[in-house]
Amino acid sequence: MSNDTLRDLSQNPLVRRLRLPRIPVLRRHSPGAPLLTGPALVGVIGAGRCAEPVRALLNDAGVPDADAEGKVAAVVLDATAARTLDDLAAVQQFLTPAVKRLAPGGRLLLLSPEADPTDAEAAAVAQAFDGLIRSAAKEVRAGATANLLVVSSGAAIESPVRFFLSPRSTYVDGQVVHVGAAVGAAAAEPVDPECPLAGRIAVVTGAARGIGAAIAATLARDGATIVAVDIPAAGEALARVANQAGGTALQLDITGVGGDGSTAATRLIAHVKERHGHVDVVVHNAGITRDKLLANMDADRWNAVMAVNLRAQLTINAALLDDRDLFSGTGRIVCVASTSGIAGNRGQTNYAASKAGVIGMVRALAPKLAERGATINAIAPGFIETEMTAKMPLGTREAGRRINSLRQGGLPVDVAETVGWLGQAASGGVTGQVVRVCGQSLLGA
Amino acid sequence: MPTIARSPSTRRAAVIGGNRIPFARANGAYAQASNRDMLTATLDGLVARFGLAGMRMGEVAGGAVLKHSRDRDLTRESVLGSRLAPTTPAYDVQQACGTGLETAILVANKIALGQIESGIAAGVDTASDAPVAVNDDFRRILMQLNGARSLADRLRAVARIRPGQVVPEIPQNAEPRTGLSMGEHAALTALQWHVSREAQDELAAASHHHLAAAYDRGFFDDLITPYLGLTRDANLRADSSVEKLAKLKPVFGRGLGDGAAATMTAGNSTPLTDGASAVLLGSDEWAAEHRLPVLAHVVDAETAAVDFVHGSSSHPPDGLLTAPVFAVPRLLERNGLTLQDFDFYEIHEAFASTVLATLAAWEDPAFTKERLGLDAPLGSIDRSKLNVNGSSLATGHPFAATGGRIVATLAKQLHASGGRGLISICAAGGQGVVAILQATS
Repeated sequence: MSNDTLRDLSQNPLVRRLRLPRIPVLRRHSPGAPLLTGPALVGVIGAGRCAEPVRALLNDAGVPDADAEGKVAAVVLDATAARTLDDLAAVQQFLTPAVKRLAPGGRLLLLSPEADPTDAEAAAVAQAFDGLIRSAAKEVRAGATANLLVVSSGAAIESPVRFFLSPRSTYVDGQVVHVGAAVGAAAAEPVDPECPLAGRIAVVTGAARGIGAAIAATLARDGATIVAVDIPAAGEALARVANQAGGTALQLDITGVGGDGSTAATRLIAHVKERHGHVDVVVHNAGITRDKLLANMDADRWNAVMAVNLRAQLTINAALLDDRDLFSGTGRIVCVASTSGIAGNRGQTNYAASKAGVIGMVRALAPKLAERGATINAIAPGFIETEMTAKMPLGTREAGRRINSLRQGGLPVDVAETVGWLGQAASGGVTGQVVRVCGQSLLGA
Repeated sequence: MPTIARSPSTRRAAVIGGNRIPFARANGAYAQASNRDMLTATLDGLVARFGLAGMRMGEVAGGAVLKHSRDRDLTRESVLGSRLAPTTPAYDVQQACGTGLETAILVANKIALGQIESGIAAGVDTASDAPVAVNDDFRRILMQLNGARSLADRLRAVARIRPGQVVPEIPQNAEPRTGLSMGEHAALTALQWHVSREAQDELAAASHHHLAAAYDRGFFDDLITPYLGLTRDANLRADSSVEKLAKLKPVFGRGLGDGAAATMTAGNSTPLTDGASAVLLGSDEWAAEHRLPVLAHVVDAETAAVDFVHGSSSHPPDGLLTAPVFAVPRLLERNGLTLQDFDFYEIHEAFASTVLATLAAWEDPAFTKERLGLDAPLGSIDRSKLNVNGSSLATGHPFAATGGRIVATLAKQLHASGGRGLISICAAGGQGVVAILQATS
């Protein structure tokens, strides 16, 4: 049972006989579960170079090749060599029968080229995949998702391919992610896919409840050592989260100034240095809302939201960049933005401005961090079922839940899985990106 | 005969950190919480702060002053309910208000001797969930009934039941040997040392102001974990002032002398309080191995007791809460220190008058000569170094939890400022526990 009564009801055999639309139960990751529950169909357009590594990855994961017919759990098309409309026609020829074979909860993953600005047709074709995948994502049924990786030459595709095929990406739908060559040094040892964050130190702000608590638990499950941070007043819940994750709790107001005048960023870094020596993953999850229509907005509401949602992230990131020893060779910053920051939301000028600001910061810092072998990305959650949404009026809540391609709200763990993916050492090919975890919500699409 | 591999050694135990829950006034936020609930939550907060989940500690020593009969091995049961490894041994200690500091001394001593590498000292008390017991006469009848072998014996036992036996046994805040409450005892001492109402109110106001300032600068961010919705000590009155305190009516010592002697009010005495505290101690090696800070070291400790019941031919009975007056000079002498060789003094504020009487005794040439056997008085202390982050008058005083609060607070202060600190805690039963902490460098 979930708190989504309509979804549960739609699974009922009697209700199903009424031919009402069925709201799918999404498959989520559990340790030891296979990458895919059936065979995968892998195609390639022209001289694409990604199909082979994808086949090798699937083979490693024990996923069988698809036969000539029958259901498939995933369709992967390497279209990185597509440059002409004829190539695009070949894409349609491959995808049309393939999509018909996609099993419930299946994965459609396209790999497309970066646009070549010197060739108008190639650029048009590259952009065409954007419209293609967003439409396909709205068509695939029963919890299936469709996503696009825009791949440059030498790109580190393994980590994103694995993520988008796996149940970890269950609520990530209709997304376009650019993948390049891995920043910094290549990951030394192969990663255990069951424990992709083993040995990594992760700081999670706003970890006491909701999405932050799920991030701490999920990263710990994947092997990370958690430093769970939240305001002192949230200490009781924070201690519970830290203890469940086997990590530590740090009661710290990230906007505060210490008795000795030290900023919260300084104290956070001093704490991490003392306890761990370095940090691998920093998750900026702490956020607050102080909703008011712009006409009624006051400076306190505006400034409070900016201080937590944006200024604290800027300050901590600056401190991380200043300190040459603290960030490991595969540092990862993951910033939680919001679809409100992309689509806007009535009554949330302050909140949406702060979250859009986060996206701007991510894009600006990505090149600077790349020099250090580090990445920075933003995650924009859509409608995620939390204590906060449980308190929404029924109508608003139902609307929020249903206006996406998966016809349901996501869970905090869905955001957390995406954070965990971007936090991996192997995810060095993804930086400066904004990944929405929203089931392809109509908002901000 | 094989030689014993381990040679005797001593070292100074390190105070690594602490945790407590905010203290609540009795029948307040923790009215429904038991000692075990509070102690378990406090241990879990400590576990979270220092990443001890699933770890086997050398031991946990804890205790409570007001205990239910169901609280047998309270500390061990709390450990089992916590996130510590269930293979962590634990035992209970009870030394009235000295319990919390005494547990720290016990754990520190085992670390010093190399018997353990790490340990937790804890204390908890609730005045809200106090052990109200079956009437003692009725209890005896029940025991007789339980032991009866024949129907006749049973009927004889039952026949002794009387209506008056429905009145339960309620724990008394009074000394069993004098029948006087702690407050009345303290009032006697206040009178003996001529401690003025004004001086007491000044000390109380300072305690509140110091505690509020410490909260405001985030001093307690890594010393406290909120509990049951409480984020600060419920007794704290940041806006307390000598003027406001002066308006309160005396509650203790009203029967003494001409009535002008009654100086002790609800404002300059600690209220009944619920709360718990814990301190993480370890060897320097253990701390380094786990990348944990060393805030301070436990240098030495001393416990004293006074005869507050009888007195002798040469002097009247000592004040119930004056044992630290005797413990501190012994501790100083052993360590070659004077009372002025400290940067911080943590003198437990059971009552403002207790602190002031203790200081007065150390300054009094006649008393120090006759009773402490010293040629010169210990002298006065720099009052700006006293209880700089507030003490029991502001935080409240859950008996066994006070020692842990003070040890962790002082250790953090020493880590920030350096130097040496003296802890002095008076206790019921005429006992006193004192200790020295010193910053690492």
